Amino acid sequence: MSEIKNILLVGVGGQGVLLASELLSDAAFKSDFDVKKSEVHGMAQRGGVVSSHVRFGEKVHSPLIPQGDCDVMLAFEQAEALRWLHFMKSSGVVIVNQRVWVPPIALMKGFEYPQDPLGMVQERMQRVLKINAQQMAEDLGNPKVENTLLLGTLSTVIELPVTIWQDVIRARVPKGTDALNLRAFELGLQSVTGEK
Amino acid sequence: MKAILSGNEAVARGCYESGLHIATAYPGTPSTEILENITQYPEIKAQWAPNEKVAFEVAMGACFEGARTLVAMKHVGLNVAADPFMSVSLIGAPGGLIVVTADDPGMHSSQNEQDNRTYAKFAGYPCFEPADSQESKDFIAEALRISIEYDVPVLYRMTTRICHSKGIVELGDRVDYPISGFQPDPKKFVVLPAHARVRRHWALERLHRLTEYAEITPLNTIETGSRPIGVITNGISYQYVCEIMPDVSILKLGVSYPLPMQKIQQFAQSVDQLFVIEELEPFIEDQILAAGIACQGKQFWPTTGEFTPDIVQIGFVKAGVLKETSAFVKPEEVIARPPIFCPGCPHRAVYVALNKLKATVSSDIGCYTLGALPPLSATDTCVEMGASIGVAVGMATARGSGKGIVATIGDSTFMHSGMTGLLNAVTQNAGITVVILDNSITAMTGGQHHPGTGKNLDGRSSKPVEFAKLCQSLGVDRIKVIDPYDLIQTQEVLKAEMETDTLSVVLTNRPCALYPPENRKKVLQVPFHVNTDVCIGCHACFRVSCPAISEADTKTKKGLTQSCIDPQLCTGCSVCAQVCPVQAIQRVNHE
Repeated sequence: MSEIKNILLVGVGGQGVLLASELLSDAAFKSDFDVKKSEVHGMAQRGGVVSSHVRFGEKVHSPLIPQGDCDVMLAFEQAEALRWLHFMKSSGVVIVNQRVWVPPIALMKGFEYPQDPLGMVQERMQRVLKINAQQMAEDLGNPKVENTLLLGTLSTVIELPVTIWQDVIRARVPKGTDALNLRAFELGLQSVTGEK
Repeated sequence: MKAILSGNEAVARGCYESGLHIATAYPGTPSTEILENITQYPEIKAQWAPNEKVAFEVAMGACFEGARTLVAMKHVGLNVAADPFMSVSLIGAPGGLIVVTADDPGMHSSQNEQDNRTYAKFAGYPCFEPADSQESKDFIAEALRISIEYDVPVLYRMTTRICHSKGIVELGDRVDYPISGFQPDPKKFVVLPAHARVRRHWALERLHRLTEYAEITPLNTIETGSRPIGVITNGISYQYVCEIMPDVSILKLGVSYPLPMQKIQQFAQSVDQLFVIEELEPFIEDQILAAGIACQGKQFWPTTGEFTPDIVQIGFVKAGVLKETSAFVKPEEVIARPPIFCPGCPHRAVYVALNKLKATVSSDIGCYTLGALPPLSATDTCVEMGASIGVAVGMATARGSGKGIVATIGDSTFMHSGMTGLLNAVTQNAGITVVILDNSITAMTGGQHHPGTGKNLDGRSSKPVEFAKLCQSLGVDRIKVIDPYDLIQTQEVLKAEMETDTLSVVLTNRPCALYPPENRKKVLQVPFHVNTDVCIGCHACFRVSCPAISEADTKTKKGLTQSCIDPQLCTGCSVCAQVCPVQAIQRVNHE
């Protein structure tokens, strides 16, 4: 059980969480691991809670990560990192995109977006990497590459060959955007190396 | 060759490899992608049907012709198809017939969580239950083989987790089979009572032979562990048991009906303690107990909800065979993100208006069911596909008037099972208002075609149903067409129709803002923004419940928080601008 790598990708519908988890599971598959990936295609098209479990190793049974066994969480949004924190191993790494997405329901009485979700995550976890992927994607000229950028960051904490990541990105992103996406991946990768 | 496939993709691949000829379905989460993926294999003729009953009937006809056939639906869809499902038991499935039921433990996107294995027992069909993507593919070939050999439809039970999880699948090649052609035999194919009585004995004897199959099939397999604890399990629960208790003995049931009771008896004798771990109903457990074999299950593992590795673990701890490790951390309570109408959704204004008009709204199954949630809070009832009109007629009958009673139903749902309800409204002379929310697609399941869209699953054109003409020929005299982006017109028409005690149909005429994707460009107009010099911070715009609208960082002079609109999300539909009392919401190029 211990040799299985458990990765949880979380965010808000419309952020590209599911495509990112497709790329991750493809990369693990192409690296000759057994892989399982699971998410529920629910009612929310946009703005709903999205989470995707990816597990890889020699032999994977459950497609869902048992609570407390998650090695790495990639959170596309701050409050979503907090929502799923109970899945984390105490020694796990949480990567938090600094983006804040307040749901419309927060405009109604009795619903409040947490004050400082990133701070709360940092209080509870020892290993937290933060990244301002939205800003970096905009600097690159396309806010849509936010998810590829975050995958670059993720690639620094899980051991899959960079060349396989690049192959998978080339194969899966829309035609004509592969150079941009590869640059975004590289930027995400370097942003963390710099911080360490 | 290997590929990473979801359970639904794997079923489609299994159909291809096993020489399937024909596949049909009505879309329903979590089953929809089976047919969508089958379209990549041109060897298989795939079609959407207007509802599950029709899909099932098409499948029966194909399999009577000797074609290898599959029909797919979500669990509640089988209720719609239950009539042919039950009766074809006495005929059989000469060409081979797989009936996929995609159950939804935990009700991720369904109105109930019925356990459709019960239907297998009800009809006397074998029930196959794959536990991962590889099995989802492989079991198709075996299910077809059994269906043909025993002349019986096979219930192929998936669950949301199996349908939507991905795993690695070893692929094979297609094997082709000819379609044998229909062999007339009225005593078999015409279920008159005189014929049916004879066939009933045949069906019972078939079930007996299927029980013998269940005893020997390698799909029901024993994995011997080092501890004297035995677990009988099926589907996804098997994976969780392997994960949590790798050292127990497992009897994995790939065929969960009819049960191999001799094998179970032997397995029970080989262990000190026997547990049955199955999601939803104690389907296996009850039958084992009835056979006089001691086992435990539902006292440790719940009857409702979807299982997880953690739920399986907690059950073993309760049963006293697993030491409690560290307690689970309590999840942080973080603000919910309930689904709401997309920006530009043509349903929005209808529910804003119905809320304001305080209508009694009998609604239906579709994206527009979200009209029940705050702040729209317009919907009073929603039960199952097509219920809206019948329920509204019942309410009008009880009240003695249809004034103020509105049935709302989508185009695909109306095609599915709303037409007969409307026909009845005409016959009963019910003075209700029926709103057909025609967004020209089956939206909630991801954008599938239906008889009103003019396209088939394989891209061929078809003659689209014209809703106004259809309603007219059913006998509806008052038919109004409205633009649902025009809130004022929408409200006025609905108000007028609610005030009369005459049956009327109101048709909306804007397409879905998301599907089909090639339509999206046609939906997009110049987006709106909030003019902060004008906005008074009254938040009236929040009441239209649009994902593009949120609180701004800016405040009014009185210190009230203003609104802002995300230009990336806004489609320019203008509904929010129409509720703003001070015209602060303006097109971006307005200045």
